[in-house]
Amino acid sequence: MTGADSNQEPETGPFFPRDRSWHPPALTPRYKTTVLRSPQRALISFSNTLSEMTGPVFGQNVLHELDNDLILNFAGPGESAQGPRIIVHGRVLDERGRPVRGALIEFWQANAAGRYRHKKDGYLAPLDPNFGGCGRTISDEDGSYSFRTIRPGPYPWPNGVNDWRPAHIHFSIFGSGFAQRLITQMYFEGDPLIKLDPMIGGLSDPRAVEQLIAPLDMARTIPMDATAYKFDIVLRGRRSTLFENRLEGN
Amino acid sequence: MPQPLDTLKETPSQTGGPYVHIGLMPNFVGIRSAHAEDLGSRMINDKTKGERITIEGRVIDGGGEPLCDCVIEIWQADADGLYPSPAEPRGPADPAFTGWGRAAADPQSGVFRFETIKPGRLPFPGGRLQAPHVSLWIVARGINVGLNTRLYFDDAGEANAVDPILARIEPQSRAGTLIAKRSGNRFTFDIHLQGPDETVFFDI
Repeated sequence: MTGADSNQEPETGPFFPRDRSWHPPALTPRYKTTVLRSPQRALISFSNTLSEMTGPVFGQNVLHELDNDLILNFAGPGESAQGPRIIVHGRVLDERGRPVRGALIEFWQANAAGRYRHKKDGYLAPLDPNFGGCGRTISDEDGSYSFRTIRPGPYPWPNGVNDWRPAHIHFSIFGSGFAQRLITQMYFEGDPLIKLDPMIGGLSDPRAVEQLIAPLDMARTIPMDATAYKFDIVLRGRRSTLFENRLEGN
Repeated sequence: MPQPLDTLKETPSQTGGPYVHIGLMPNFVGIRSAHAEDLGSRMINDKTKGERITIEGRVIDGGGEPLCDCVIEIWQADADGLYPSPAEPRGPADPAFTGWGRAAADPQSGVFRFETIKPGRLPFPGGRLQAPHVSLWIVARGINVGLNTRLYFDDAGEANAVDPILARIEPQSRAGTLIAKRSGNRFTFDIHLQGPDETVFFDI
């Protein structure tokens, strides 16, 4: 991020169309819940209006100092969450490779044993009394973000008779326009469950799968404390308005 | 070979899963944190301009059952048709209105509810006007990519009749799936994921 860049007006142009073939289709029958929850009619496309190009933006006032530390943000005094300590970091970029600054990022995950703090999660693995499993942060001027947590465990889920989710962290990201809203999941390099997973299996391009796998990042690892994983996130880019025609007169 | 394009691919979407509330609405599922309220739980205050309304509805699956585990976000203009967003080029919106709300379906009934104000009309390229509307984004277990739709108001018939987005829906009979029904100050808007009444979803 250069000083000149940071003085630019925020971009306000229309978004690049979403490449739907890069995302999972609505219906992925191996993931059974999609069968009754997938729209069957074609989506209706239209060019962005202000309703899609604008969106809510969040300031530092929505953050508490421990929101980016899942090891401590639910722990009792003097306690900390159990499990392998990790740092997750990366940058939020748009499709033009420009940093997305000020992006609100929310994350949630199972504990080290693979159990969520949710009354509908009946997995026999134990809850960790010092782990809530959620946090949030806002990307910096250069689009970077980081948070500290424990590595979540894989867990079985009622889909097939013996389906296991690979270890993952859920991410929700806001850009600058409502049409950029995105929820995704980050997986961990080397997890053998990735290639068996029905949710990941909805992605038809192996490069799309790779885009969701965070590599171990020894450069950001803190010796004797925590390993690090890098997860860059790409949101839809905006068209430059420099050469926009004005055929529609507005 | 030509030069490669240097554009990046958007990060692929993945479902929010059954525990999406943990991340988006931790208070709703009883996870204590430093935040007394979930983000998006309050859109208006005493100073907000505009007509107070309640938006209420359910998201219904292809078997006719309401989704009791979905989360819905809405985004709308203020009473004058301005968005409270840095990407709004026309000037500042009502500072007492967030424009953005987030709600979970009730775990038993599946009903979601927003307390907000009626939005104003806003422009469309070419000088036409869009009818008052609310943009919705729906995520849940079993939804691989968040669903985009719009809510229009049944008491804005004249504006709806010339709305450019409603006009492009074919067959036109499906446009009715986007019209919320008024009763007092409440607008009811059920969203059908499948079936003969399948709601119109957008690729925006």
